[in-house]
Amino acid sequence: MTIAPPIKREMHVVHSRGDKVFRGIVTAGAMTSLIILGLIGAFLFGRGAQVFSQYGLKFITGTNWSASTEPGIANEFGMGPMLVGTIIVSIIALTFTVPMSIAGALFIEFYAQPRVKKILTALLDLAAAIPSLIFGLWGIQVFTNIGQRWASLLGNRLGFIPIFNTISDNYGRSPFVAGCVLASLIVPITTSVAREVYSRTPRELIDTCYALGGTKWGAIKTVVLPFGKSGVVGGAMLGLGRALGETVAVYLVLNLNFRYTFKILESEGGNVASLIATRFGEASTEELTALIAAGFVLFLMTLGVNMIASAIVTRTTRT
Amino acid sequence: MSGISIPQPTRPWQRKRREQIRSGATFTAMAILAFIVVLFTGFAGFDGWAISLFIISAIVLLIKGRKLSQKERKNAFIQLLIASAATLAFLPWLSIFASVAMKGIAGLRINFITSDMRTTVPDDEMNMGGALHAIVGSFMMVIIASIITLPLGILSGVYLTEIKGRFTFLVRFVVQSMSGVPSIVAGLFVFTTYVSATHGPTAFGGALALGILMLPTVARTSEEVLKLVPDELRSAGYALGARQWRTTLMVVLPTVRSGLTTVAVLGVARVIGETAPLLLTAGSSTALRFNPIHGQIASLPIYVFGLLQIGTEYAVNRAWTGALVLMIFVFGLFITARKVGGKDKR
Repeated sequence: MTIAPPIKREMHVVHSRGDKVFRGIVTAGAMTSLIILGLIGAFLFGRGAQVFSQYGLKFITGTNWSASTEPGIANEFGMGPMLVGTIIVSIIALTFTVPMSIAGALFIEFYAQPRVKKILTALLDLAAAIPSLIFGLWGIQVFTNIGQRWASLLGNRLGFIPIFNTISDNYGRSPFVAGCVLASLIVPITTSVAREVYSRTPRELIDTCYALGGTKWGAIKTVVLPFGKSGVVGGAMLGLGRALGETVAVYLVLNLNFRYTFKILESEGGNVASLIATRFGEASTEELTALIAAGFVLFLMTLGVNMIASAIVTRTTRT
Repeated sequence: MSGISIPQPTRPWQRKRREQIRSGATFTAMAILAFIVVLFTGFAGFDGWAISLFIISAIVLLIKGRKLSQKERKNAFIQLLIASAATLAFLPWLSIFASVAMKGIAGLRINFITSDMRTTVPDDEMNMGGALHAIVGSFMMVIIASIITLPLGILSGVYLTEIKGRFTFLVRFVVQSMSGVPSIVAGLFVFTTYVSATHGPTAFGGALALGILMLPTVARTSEEVLKLVPDELRSAGYALGARQWRTTLMVVLPTVRSGLTTVAVLGVARVIGETAPLLLTAGSSTALRFNPIHGQIASLPIYVFGLLQIGTEYAVNRAWTGALVLMIFVFGLFITARKVGGKDKR
């Protein structure tokens, strides 16, 4: 006689009518963010489409942005220098942010005494809440002096390297200074992600390092840094997304100029978001379309960076 | 009963008082030495002092560590490096707090929060005019934005924790990505859809833009808050025969009432300082206004921003004071959120 193996029972959840309505409402509510995100893309593309079809790739690569109020003269819109400038400023910001964030996170997590750690964690939260406007205000009114001194030091000592080369002696309002201000703005974001990841390092592994006679740095180098690597990359990408789309902090500090420039100490640079903020006030209908198209390009760029970042961060911080 | 001593807990790893004093004294000596270096060499200003302090500490470390092994020396040196880089990371914020507090407080008179700029030009003395219109405008927009966004954001949170439907991953991913939408893009979107279709910039337009920026924060934090509700409570609700909707509305949500307040406060703190979207959607004004759907309206960030554009001495002073008021609001909201949020954990 054989005994029949147990069969998995089929389970059906039958929702009552009230529950169906409830679940429908909640699902619809949760979908709004998806819908809004889709609408943003669709509307900006729809309104900017005319510019894309008229200028094609020249809208991305062109160097001239001139809007004439006279009816006879043709407008020309190319956002190349702004796009390149945005990337340059963001790269400068990241160059400062990444090492500082790693050091800051390591310091809070492994070096600071408990009381200091508590204070610094609270400070980190507060710093992340400072509006970017205040970073811009501080940048132009307070930091520019210091930044200018660093820039002139770089220019005088390392001027033979092309990117540090300058023609004029004016270092304020340069991509370098804007990058520094932007760095101080994104350090809270990247540091808190890095700290979060480092705090998840298995305690046993660190203790094993100590037990084997390792120093603190030994433990950090062999256990903590490899463990937190992808999290730090994700945090840096989040910071990059923020840096690419930042408006007022850059607008207040950077001197906009429509020219491809790779000299980061010179007092001119480009930034897409600042372009929109600058030109928006007095834009004609046609220029407005071009600005919306520029906004669409910015949207795509930041969305791409952010999607990669959130994929990395979600994977590493969810256990 | 004498002679029996109760053993006290000791902390052998803790540094002795003498060691603490000695390291403190060493640090002070190095700081003074660095100051002397600043006085007599080309290093100038605070940053020059910091750099010379760093170099001096490195030298002192080398001298102190001459008896240590290679490994120990490297460890000590990297500790110095990390501490310096961390200080560099934290300094800007301290500088911001200090400069906003010091430069802002100079212009903080009572009239700053009781009058508007209707009859005052930015170059007037600081005892004339104020930012009342901007404060009122900001609060109006933030409140409208909250009324629109909070229900939607909390629904997203409920979806992610209670329903856990097919789209859970998608919703979480979209919320994450949406939090990275540049604020000016949100402004442009509201401009193309709402502002240009109606009578131009209004408080309602500004509120819509702020709402878009607030939604991801609200959705994410309310998910975090709802996760704190123990599953036993849900099971208890079902066991009593309640349907899912009743369990959610009458058990889960009331449990985290104070947590949801935190969500609202954090959402407001996130957007109250936003400037770029309001440039496009709310405009500016010099007078106190209350109509949300007609006419441009002032807001605290735009007030500060506009004064900075003018750039004269008194205008910049006013901007600093405006920034101080803005900071007080943001930090006040933040501290409220922490206080209220702490209640749930007890």
